[in-house]
Amino acid sequence: MQFSTQLEEKFHRLAQHYPVKRSALVPMLLFAQDEYGFLSKEIIAEISRRMDLTVLDVEGTISYYSMLRTKPAGRFHLQICTNISCMLRGGDKLFDHAKTKLGIGNGEVTPDGLFSLEEVECIGACAWAPAIQVNYDFHHELTPERLDQLIDEIQRVSRV
Amino acid sequence: MADNFKFNVDGRELQAKPGTLLIDACRAAGIEVPAFCYYPGLSLQAACRMCLVEIEKTPKLQTACTTPVAEGMIVRTSTPIVVDARRAMLELLLANHPLDCPVCDKGGECELQDMVFRYGAAESRFREEKRHVDEQQWSPVVYYDAPRCILCYRCVRVCGEGMDVWALGVVNRGARSEIAPNHGDHLDCEECGMCIDICPVGALTSGAYRYRARPWEIKYVSTICTHCGDGCKTTLSVRNGKILRGNNRDHSGINGEFLCIKGRYGYDFIENPNRIRTPLIRKDGKLVEASWEQAIQTIAAKWKEILHRRETGTQEAQAFGVIGSNHTTNEENYILQKFARTVLKTNNIDHHRTVDYAALIRAIANAIAKPVGDSAARPASDFLARSKDLSIASAVLVIGGNPTDQHPLLAWNIREGCRLNGTRLYVINSRRIPLARKTFRFLPIAEGGEQNALEFLRGERDAEKRLQGATPGGREVTAEFLNDFRDKLGQEKDLIVLFEAALSGECVAQLVEWGSRLPGRTRFIAQGDYSNSRGAADMGLLPNALPGYASVEDNDARLRFENAWSTTVPAEPGMPLHDMLAAAAQGKLESLYVIGANPLKGWDTAASLGGCFVVVQDLFLTETALVADVVLPAASAYEKSGTVTNTCGELQKLSKGMEVMGTRADLDIFSRLAGALGVTQAPLKSEEVLEEIRKLVSGYGVPLVNIVAGGAELVAPLDGFQPVSATHTANVKSSRDTLFTSGTLGRYSSSLQAVPERTTRTEPDPA
Repeated sequence: MQFSTQLEEKFHRLAQHYPVKRSALVPMLLFAQDEYGFLSKEIIAEISRRMDLTVLDVEGTISYYSMLRTKPAGRFHLQICTNISCMLRGGDKLFDHAKTKLGIGNGEVTPDGLFSLEEVECIGACAWAPAIQVNYDFHHELTPERLDQLIDEIQRVSRV
Repeated sequence: MADNFKFNVDGRELQAKPGTLLIDACRAAGIEVPAFCYYPGLSLQAACRMCLVEIEKTPKLQTACTTPVAEGMIVRTSTPIVVDARRAMLELLLANHPLDCPVCDKGGECELQDMVFRYGAAESRFREEKRHVDEQQWSPVVYYDAPRCILCYRCVRVCGEGMDVWALGVVNRGARSEIAPNHGDHLDCEECGMCIDICPVGALTSGAYRYRARPWEIKYVSTICTHCGDGCKTTLSVRNGKILRGNNRDHSGINGEFLCIKGRYGYDFIENPNRIRTPLIRKDGKLVEASWEQAIQTIAAKWKEILHRRETGTQEAQAFGVIGSNHTTNEENYILQKFARTVLKTNNIDHHRTVDYAALIRAIANAIAKPVGDSAARPASDFLARSKDLSIASAVLVIGGNPTDQHPLLAWNIREGCRLNGTRLYVINSRRIPLARKTFRFLPIAEGGEQNALEFLRGERDAEKRLQGATPGGREVTAEFLNDFRDKLGQEKDLIVLFEAALSGECVAQLVEWGSRLPGRTRFIAQGDYSNSRGAADMGLLPNALPGYASVEDNDARLRFENAWSTTVPAEPGMPLHDMLAAAAQGKLESLYVIGANPLKGWDTAASLGGCFVVVQDLFLTETALVADVVLPAASAYEKSGTVTNTCGELQKLSKGMEVMGTRADLDIFSRLAGALGVTQAPLKSEEVLEEIRKLVSGYGVPLVNIVAGGAELVAPLDGFQPVSATHTANVKSSRDTLFTSGTLGRYSSSLQAVPERTTRTEPDPA
């Protein structure tokens, strides 16, 4: 399959980055996911071909990393940390609240495709717990109310 | 070479070469270091953490499997901290491992069970529910039970590194990690079962064996696989007269632990319902069941009549034709040709020749007799290679064929050499055979271009020109590449050349001549198709050669056998296989005796054998047996003892695993037929026949001690070699079996028939 020029360029740079070819696999997958939203069978096949790996190897790697996904996520992917620091400061409640608010469960996508929800392990923002990550943006010291505001804001902006 | 390192383990002073892994050094000294994931010959994993040891001046415990020994290192393998660590590892492994040992196939031979028994805690502190995943069936022969898996990755590595198939991988993370097959819910692979065999626990189990037996009720019979020509040792698990599985866990044969699908599961033809268990005699055009006595008497009566007519000179046609087998033992082949030559008084004896062993032996004998230049005569061991030599030779040249499919053990050894010992692999082939992935140089040729490639190697300009240009597979062969290919080969110090049926007769002579001119040592392996193809040729199932390739036309050679046998042997070469069939079809052959062969397969109509009295001795009603006048049910290699010679010339012993009611070993049938003809065929017992072979057959006078103990001896039937006329070599033809076919036997093996790859595995792409 054909990748976009930007993606090809990223792959090209990655390829020169590592002494062992397969080391570039994880960043390649991440870049491809950023561009396409998820890793389809075609993308996996193409990347495994380029990396001289079997499809099974690539699938194994994807299944190891929770950030890599093989199904489409929402336009806004809410990742709520329920690891120790966040849990102690209400991460669990935040997660439950998000489920009710969005009407979807862990790993699911809202019918309009706008949101998806995922319970994640530590995202390295313990000092500002409870923290969540929306796509690549962090939101700190959230309460259910502030989460509502955030979701409403996203809905409002994306409707415009 | 650098001096050995000196180091101390548990208070003992040890020495080992630099680079030696601590685990190997300890084990070599008899110091126990447990491990699941460490496996000699495979890449290091350090996943199981069972081999942790204490090394002085290193703060944490170290994995002995990844730590090379160092000068002055002080190691402790059984201190309380090490013992604790092992116990903790086992406790964690058992956290999700089901305690279903009472029904698990591995119970009694399980490494986890043994380790827990030896090092584990008696109880678990885990109260949580065990994670359960349902068992999966990945192929007719491979099942996977994820909760039992301890994630040592042995299966992944043996499949990838050992087999070069890469059909297994690891998916998911942490407690959810499991092994996965390459096609989602099933495997698309070579179905060799190496993954099952290497699994230390009962996670991977065999479709043939699962839930059928406990290891301690089994009788283990070490014998030789009866399929391809590689002669792998397979250890049969036999219980109550039934073979339950084949493996080689004790690594005792020439093949170490390797077996392909045929050696591991392909024994199952023995129980095929179509197996003939009663002699059959043709009555009113139909084959009907008869007693052994009736069958033997019927044959004897007819043969006596033919013999009598020949003696009284009233006969016009040729009396007898005998077609022997690629699967029967050396002893049987030897006695068969003796029976044909001394009782039936004919040299009309042949077998399906799948590679030209006679030409190879002749060429080597010539090369020894006439050394190149003024160099000293070289021993036979300079020309013949054992199968294991492929793993250690500096270079291997494969001309034609597809060893991965046709010679799985040879291919396994070649891959091992490339992986562990830096063997440079040269492949000349018209297809991108799987071994091409391992090549140092790959020379693409046109379909059937093997002879041309040989001419190129020999330096013929025209042949070289024909190789140049674009190939069907879209590659470009340049003059530079060709020169480089030949130059590199010429620089090899220790080369083994594999060839198959594409090169026969004069080509083999040219190949050996080319090889013996190379500056390094060049050895040869002729790749024949079946378990005793080599033995059939060595034992003289040839119209022009006595055992050991002694020419029937050579008075001295004949006299040697005549003296030993106290009778005469016809001096005129007989008819090769196809001439015999043609003669029979034209009514010019009175009787055809076919043993374990199916020469009529592919012939248009069987009825064309018309008036010929056909006797067939086989396991199944083959195309040939269907037209026979008498059919005698024979025993397979798993049902008798004797010796076989693999395609490299390694002589090994069969052991009887079981019996099938109603059948007889071919050797016993020969004796019985001879007896009915009024001749006492001697010797009667397989061991006695082997003694006679060792005395009379050139090259077979090898020491028995190794063979009796389950090892192998390389035989080189070269001593006192007399040139054999080369006129019969035109009929060399390989059956081109795949991994999932095996001549007649493969048609009756339910596991070979069951695997989907049998139909989906495609021929390699054009080169």
